Amino acid sequence: MLRSLKGLVCHPPKLDHASALHTAARGCLSAAGSQGLQAPAERARAVFCTSESDPARHSQQHEGRHYSIPLEEVKVVFPHGLPPRFQQQIKTFNEACLMVRKPALELFTYLQNSNLAHPAVRYLIYGERGTGKTMTLCHVVHYCMRQGWLVLHIPDAHLWVKNCRELLQSSYKKERFDQPLQAAFWLKNFKTSNGHFLQEIKTQRKYVWGKRESTEEGRPLGEVVEQGLARARVACDAVGVVLREVRQQCRPGSFRLLVAVDGVNALWGRTTLRKEDKSPVSPEELTLVYNLRKMMMNNWNGGAIVATLSQTGSLFKPSSAYLPQELLGKEGFDALDPFVPIPVPNYSPMEFESCYSYYLDRKWLQHEKAHTEDGKEELRFLSGSNPRQLERLVAPL
Amino acid sequence: LRLIYTTTTVQRKNIGASGPEKYTEEFIKKQIEEFNLGKRHLANMMGEDPETFTQEDIDRAIAYLFPSGLFDKQARPIMKHPTEIFPEQRKIQWGEDGRPFHFLFYTGKQSYYSLMHETYEKFLNVQNYQDQLLAQDLLPQKEKRNLAGSRWLTKIELEEMLLEKLSDDDYSRFIQLLQKLMTLPCGDMEEKYIQKFSREVPAQLQKVVIEPLKYDERGVAFSTGEGKRKTAKATAVVYDNGTGKITVNGIDVLHYFPVLQDREQLLFPFQFLGRVGKHDMICTVSGGGRSAQAGAIRLASAKALKSFVTEKEVEFMRQAGLLTYDPRVRERKKPGQEGARRKFTWKKR
Repeated sequence: MLRSLKGLVCHPPKLDHASALHTAARGCLSAAGSQGLQAPAERARAVFCTSESDPARHSQQHEGRHYSIPLEEVKVVFPHGLPPRFQQQIKTFNEACLMVRKPALELFTYLQNSNLAHPAVRYLIYGERGTGKTMTLCHVVHYCMRQGWLVLHIPDAHLWVKNCRELLQSSYKKERFDQPLQAAFWLKNFKTSNGHFLQEIKTQRKYVWGKRESTEEGRPLGEVVEQGLARARVACDAVGVVLREVRQQCRPGSFRLLVAVDGVNALWGRTTLRKEDKSPVSPEELTLVYNLRKMMMNNWNGGAIVATLSQTGSLFKPSSAYLPQELLGKEGFDALDPFVPIPVPNYSPMEFESCYSYYLDRKWLQHEKAHTEDGKEELRFLSGSNPRQLERLVAPL
Repeated sequence: LRLIYTTTTVQRKNIGASGPEKYTEEFIKKQIEEFNLGKRHLANMMGEDPETFTQEDIDRAIAYLFPSGLFDKQARPIMKHPTEIFPEQRKIQWGEDGRPFHFLFYTGKQSYYSLMHETYEKFLNVQNYQDQLLAQDLLPQKEKRNLAGSRWLTKIELEEMLLEKLSDDDYSRFIQLLQKLMTLPCGDMEEKYIQKFSREVPAQLQKVVIEPLKYDERGVAFSTGEGKRKTAKATAVVYDNGTGKITVNGIDVLHYFPVLQDREQLLFPFQFLGRVGKHDMICTVSGGGRSAQAGAIRLASAKALKSFVTEKEVEFMRQAGLLTYDPRVRERKKPGQEGARRKFTWKKR
């Protein structure tokens, strides 16, 4: 557009003000000029990339760098957790690279130092739109998976309160409503991610699903999940059973539990669903939401709850709202109080450099001006160092 | 005997060929008398002194007594001296016996040829004088005349002066002759004559005023600029030693302008000067729509950046159109059409 004018008018000569990272990289490049091309390229890569693929070992020195997750792990750990644009990026680049950022590192220290005998601590990740809250959550989930925790990952609670085609009346309680589709989908993904736990955990009660089906006491939880998947009508109840069992059995002696919810403000907001008589449904009347709310209470111990606020999918909230008070509403805030807030800011200059070099390395920036310093400044200005804006800007380049 | 008048008035763009009305000299004289009388009456009406009633006072009085909402200033009521209203005309050029006064009448363009004759005569005089001086070896120094500030008459202006139509060829020949006259060393003698045919060029290169930098309490240099675009007004304060952060009306630029196009507009002045991440900016803007506000801030920031930058770069900015006010506004809808340009659907029957 207007950028073409730059080439027409001559500029006064300006100094090349490279940042510290790049001078280091170039220094390496010039020093190792006589060696093969492999070594300098890798050294340049080392600036924004790290080979540490275990999140447990990520620390301050890795801040701002990308680490890659092997693709098989991605399928197991994140069957449904990653944002759709990131999934497309994985497909394009053929690798999943996540940036290590300060909020995630903070969370890791908290989780490592948390005393499991105490009631579960709630961590709330909040920030403006597109600053990387969901990605932080995914990072934490990966970390916990590596540590061997049982992870209950709900990708987007907003999906449960809007755009539902089928609302069945719950068989368990008359006034509640079921959402078989969402429940089945979630159960399937839960099975993929936490398969090995399903054999270990045993039910503590007998559950009756219908006239003929029932699950005895002491059966592995996997059976409950199978039941839920097989019969759509009882899927929601199966979810409720799973949540309950996991909550009760999670103690300092046995496994540890992480409840990771994205878009937690959906649980206390409004829904777009309506009953047959066109009256709106409030969230308590949905079985899934009701059970999930019970999970979010901190009356159990042996794990942690990490939640993200999300304005993007939220209903009936202005787009400039991002603070917990505004998005959760009074009810939600009281329910979640007390919690540890973790703000996620936009990219710092170092993080921006790192992201830019990553894209450059992956040959995602094809425009010839994008390789220059000017191009980088332009990208920085236009995206305002916001990760989402940067990604969208860079997509057509 | 009724005297015939030549009706060849100068064809000007705004005044077409003279209509059926023909102005006699007596008519004009009468008009002048009436004008003066009317001026005195007007002065009495307004309570001012009739002796010192100038043309500006007349204009003000008429505007007050006959307020008009017409857009075209020339369509409103005016009261001016008849010589300004009635275009100049050539008087009759032959006497009662039909014999023309001027000896060059039958050339068709008598005033033009007489002018050429005069100029050439002067030219020859100057040459003779020069030869005389050469013989005595007293050549005076040639003084450089300031050519930059003056220009020759245009063809239209010359036509007005001579009250005759000219062709382009004639005009160029006359100008060439004048230039030749001027280049002679002794041409300064005819200075006065030449000045009749030259005009001052009005300040063409308006010096763009560059304000000096101001320093606020922290010691950081800053400068302000204002910009307008299509009903949106903006003021920008650009600080030095910044990180490229921009705040609009107290809101971050990413939130205020979610559209990429607006942010690109804001980026343009900084990118042009190569100072993208170096300045902070705080602006206030009101009025207009999304694009108009972006354009207004762009103009304001470009004006503010003038103080930080060398004069040559200011000239580059001006040529790039960063410092020009955008005159485009919404065109009015006309009757008989659906919009400003769009006509109603044409139906054949």
